[in-house]
Amino acid sequence: MSTSTIDLHDSHGPHGHGHADDPHHQHHFTNMQQQFDTSKIGMWLFLATEVLLFGGLFVGFGLMQNRYPQEFIEAHEHLQRPLGALNTVVLLISSFTMVMAVLSAKHSDKKKVVMYLILTILCACIFLGVKYFEYSHKFEEHLLPPRWYHAQPGDTVRDVAGNVSHGYGTFFAFYFMMTGLHGIHILVGIILLSWITVRAHRGEFSKAYYTPVDLIGLYWHLVDLIWIYLFPLYYLIK
Amino acid sequence: MEHTLTSRAPVADLPRPEKNYLNATTGIWSWMTTVDHKRIGVMYLVGVLSAFFIGGVFALLVRLSLLSPTHTLFGKQWITAEMYNRLFTLHGAVMVFLFIIPSVPASLANFVLPLMLGAKDVAFPRLNLASFYLWVIGAVMAVTSMITGAVDTGWTFYTPYSTTTEGSVTLMIMAVFVLGFSSIFTGINFVATTHKLRAPGMGWFDLPLFIWGIYATAIIQVLATPVLGITLALLAMERVFNIGIFDPKIGGDPVLFQHFFWFYSHPAVYIMILPGMAIISELIPTFSKKTMFGYRAVAYSSVSLALLSFIVWGHHMFVAGQSQLATVVFSALTFLVAIPSGVKMFNWLGTMYKGNISLETPMCYAISFLLLFAIGGLTGIFLGALSVDIHLTDTYFVVAHFHYVMMGGTVIAFFGGVHYWWPKITGRMYNENWGRFACALIFIGFNVTFLTQFVMGSLGMPRRYFNYLPIYHPYHVVSTIGSWIIGLGFATMAAYLLASLRKPMDAPDNPWGGTTLEWTTSSPPTEHNFEDQPVLQKAPYDYRPEPVAK
Amino acid sequence: MEWLRSAMLPPQGSAFAGEVDTLYMALFWLSVVLFIGIAFPAIYFAWRYRFKPGRVTPHQTHNTMLEIIWTVIPLLLCVGIFFWGLDGWMKYAVAPGESMQIQISAKKWIWQFEYPDGTRTANEIHVLINKPVQFVMTSEDVLHDFFVPDMRVKHDIVPGRYTQVWFTPTVHGEHHVTCAEYCGKGHSDMQAKLFVDTREEFDKFMLTGGTEWEDYKMKPADWGKIQYERKGCKTCHSIDGSKTAQGGPSWKGIWGKMEEMNDGKQVLVDEAYVRESMLQPQAKIVKGYEPIMPTFQGLLRETEIQGLMAFIKSLGNDPNGGPPAPTVLTLPPPPAKPGTAAAPGQTAPATQPK
Repeated sequence: MSTSTIDLHDSHGPHGHGHADDPHHQHHFTNMQQQFDTSKIGMWLFLATEVLLFGGLFVGFGLMQNRYPQEFIEAHEHLQRPLGALNTVVLLISSFTMVMAVLSAKHSDKKKVVMYLILTILCACIFLGVKYFEYSHKFEEHLLPPRWYHAQPGDTVRDVAGNVSHGYGTFFAFYFMMTGLHGIHILVGIILLSWITVRAHRGEFSKAYYTPVDLIGLYWHLVDLIWIYLFPLYYLIK
Repeated sequence: MEHTLTSRAPVADLPRPEKNYLNATTGIWSWMTTVDHKRIGVMYLVGVLSAFFIGGVFALLVRLSLLSPTHTLFGKQWITAEMYNRLFTLHGAVMVFLFIIPSVPASLANFVLPLMLGAKDVAFPRLNLASFYLWVIGAVMAVTSMITGAVDTGWTFYTPYSTTTEGSVTLMIMAVFVLGFSSIFTGINFVATTHKLRAPGMGWFDLPLFIWGIYATAIIQVLATPVLGITLALLAMERVFNIGIFDPKIGGDPVLFQHFFWFYSHPAVYIMILPGMAIISELIPTFSKKTMFGYRAVAYSSVSLALLSFIVWGHHMFVAGQSQLATVVFSALTFLVAIPSGVKMFNWLGTMYKGNISLETPMCYAISFLLLFAIGGLTGIFLGALSVDIHLTDTYFVVAHFHYVMMGGTVIAFFGGVHYWWPKITGRMYNENWGRFACALIFIGFNVTFLTQFVMGSLGMPRRYFNYLPIYHPYHVVSTIGSWIIGLGFATMAAYLLASLRKPMDAPDNPWGGTTLEWTTSSPPTEHNFEDQPVLQKAPYDYRPEPVAK
Repeated sequence: MEWLRSAMLPPQGSAFAGEVDTLYMALFWLSVVLFIGIAFPAIYFAWRYRFKPGRVTPHQTHNTMLEIIWTVIPLLLCVGIFFWGLDGWMKYAVAPGESMQIQISAKKWIWQFEYPDGTRTANEIHVLINKPVQFVMTSEDVLHDFFVPDMRVKHDIVPGRYTQVWFTPTVHGEHHVTCAEYCGKGHSDMQAKLFVDTREEFDKFMLTGGTEWEDYKMKPADWGKIQYERKGCKTCHSIDGSKTAQGGPSWKGIWGKMEEMNDGKQVLVDEAYVRESMLQPQAKIVKGYEPIMPTFQGLLRETEIQGLMAFIKSLGNDPNGGPPAPTVLTLPPPPAKPGTAAAPGQTAPATQPK
């Protein structure tokens, strides 16, 4: 009718592949390069959804900060800046080790891939460990959402009866939601990284096929990037 | 069997292949683990049609409740206000989240988009299957919520009512959250597929307009749905832990919820209408045997609608308590978003002008769409004008407006598409006379139901009302009778469509004379769509007798 | 075309209503014209260009001039309509400084109004004709919405903050107020009457709570029944013995009963108990019920309380037996001199409005 066809495949069996083709080649792609490029587009689109997911929380935080400027300034003094800074460094290191893992995969260096992936997982675990200490401290001091917040010395915004403003608790409501959601993403990252570490150990990745390492690397960099925004917003900015 | 279709292009069919995608493999396991976009599309179709049925039953019950102001049938009061509140909530939630948002993209586009592109599947077939299973899980969660206490918040879940009322609200919220991910995965798949799996020779401006519409929809799905996700998560946190951001008693802002909610839900209505318009852009050229008038304008209007849809959400909140500046800005932007839709209407009419028009069932639905969407769009103008909106918002005028655009628009277009691609999907033709009859019933019933509601709303009848003043009674009676006519129309449709499945698979490859690539495959297609990669040699909608090479 | 306007829109009750309606009707006629402009070609083309085998259609891909025209003209129309709507809205949005301010405290599912002098009413409101009135509103629980169709005004009522709406009523008599933001079971019962009064009527109302009660002077139970329906009692208390979800005890057969409270005490249901239940509902809670009844202190006039007592007695097992209830409606004694305590059992008497 409106088309002619050209046969872009080698002669093949019923499923369209099965010769010297890569075992990972999916039949609806013309070649591995197209498959790899498409996978990357898919991952970038998924990362866009993550940006919007967290973006909603960032916007919410900004609106509440507008409503309770003084409370937010005073509340953030209660955060443990050294621990936050430590976590930032840890995540930056993990991003570096992730980059190295991808590079090693590209060079078909199986040992290095496994090593760097394990280092990345280690950094992620340290991050979560530090988070545990931070959260424990908050619970002990009742630095919690408004319903459970206890007034701290230095909380100057109060009503006539002496009750502390709800703005302090609101700060911590957002603190827990944003760092909590981020922490969940770190946890998911650990699971995904463990999975590809196992696959790397089995020798699945090489110059010809390292897509999962690359894609999970992209995910990991985004999780790191989100923390790079979270940390100054909560711990540093006055 | 010979079909006497006036518009069928006299093309000799290729010999019918023995194995097609339906019978290539057998057994329920082969369906449950399929990664074939066509099978996934069919499973989705069964799912969304079931959801449409459930949502439709709720609608009939809502209208039945409103038939008499004392809610009596044969002398007995059969429904309470609490029950009614659950019915209208579930009608909305099921129709919006389980039916209309996935309807065209997940069922029809899943089936047709790769075929139209000349591809063997979508970019990520396994993600496609995951998307379907997420829909199923969301549906199961929603149904469980309905039978364990249900929800009476309205489909919009406004706080503080939604955070304080009893019922299975958190479960329903989580169901919608899961359904959101189903939608996101579909969107990711379609964007990637459109970018990377087009046939050689198919540039962006050689794409069928259906693809443009679905692509624009997919962009919204990817960018807007995550905001719904976070909104629902926050709502769940508020309801379960009383975290406080929406609770005014502990420093929160209930109107903040509305901003979050509508930031997704306004683009969502474009997720609903763009695929409908995309279908109309296929039906009108095909059944007019004429090239699309203003192809580029229609393509650009799809994308501009997608982008503009993100900046008008505040028009749902003119009386909600947002700032006066916001109100004025959102009104102005809302008028901007009216223009691309108007452009499409004129282009469709321009396509029909001097065409060679045959009125098979899909074209009946297309023309119905033009009339009904026109009314829906024009009444949107009333609501965008601030002084008039103050009077009309939160009344039946709004209910009528959104039913005209969502049902008179998307649902009509969806069923037009179902009929159009029915022979391709099932390999059978349905009965044309019954098809046109059902279309007429639905068109008439729809107008009887909803035209009266414009007047009722203008006269001051608020929405979500169980009891009402006696002056509104005649309007409610007319509206309820209309709902029965709609029900009859869809019952008829179900009957003849199901009956068609008992016939032998003898539909032609291209019963309508379409020019897009799906019509070059057999009806139904084989498992892998195309044995050899098709190369595009002619732009779509080219009905010139001597095809001009690209 | 007034017949068409009045078929589609409520009576024009405010100074503002006329211009809203003018824009509405303009949009209506524009829509009719544009709809015909779309429907007629669609149907005409389907007939005029109906299928003929072998006919070749022209290959019209676009027409730039036409497309520009049908983009620009709608755009200009939309801009015009935007400004027209904005113009009307700006009048709605800002209340004049001399408006009489009435406070609304909305609650599931009652309208509580408070006048400048502190007088309060439930589910009815009196305003002065041709004088701007501004409603400053807040909610005690969930979102509500103050909608007066005749006046063409509407605005949400939000808990935790104040919103406002204003209008100048121009039509004397009774108008309808209705809640327009879904608020649960009683949403469609949350109605109020708005009375647009002359100066004399308004002043008299503020002094005595109106004259309607005088028709029921000798029939207090009938007056009580009217309050039962108007003041929101009906939403939570049945009169046929049935239990109301999230409500209170049915009134059927309770007069003269010894009712058990949640602390085990037995209390006689008589005038004193009923009065206390209306004004200080938390003082005694009947066993098996929640302490959720709002107080009607300041919301019920003395004659209305008397009527309700008589009505409840009439629902008793023996309407002629049991403790006494009022048989004639009587106004409370005139207000005590400033500095002395008000007589016990009175609602706060109205003072002269400013």
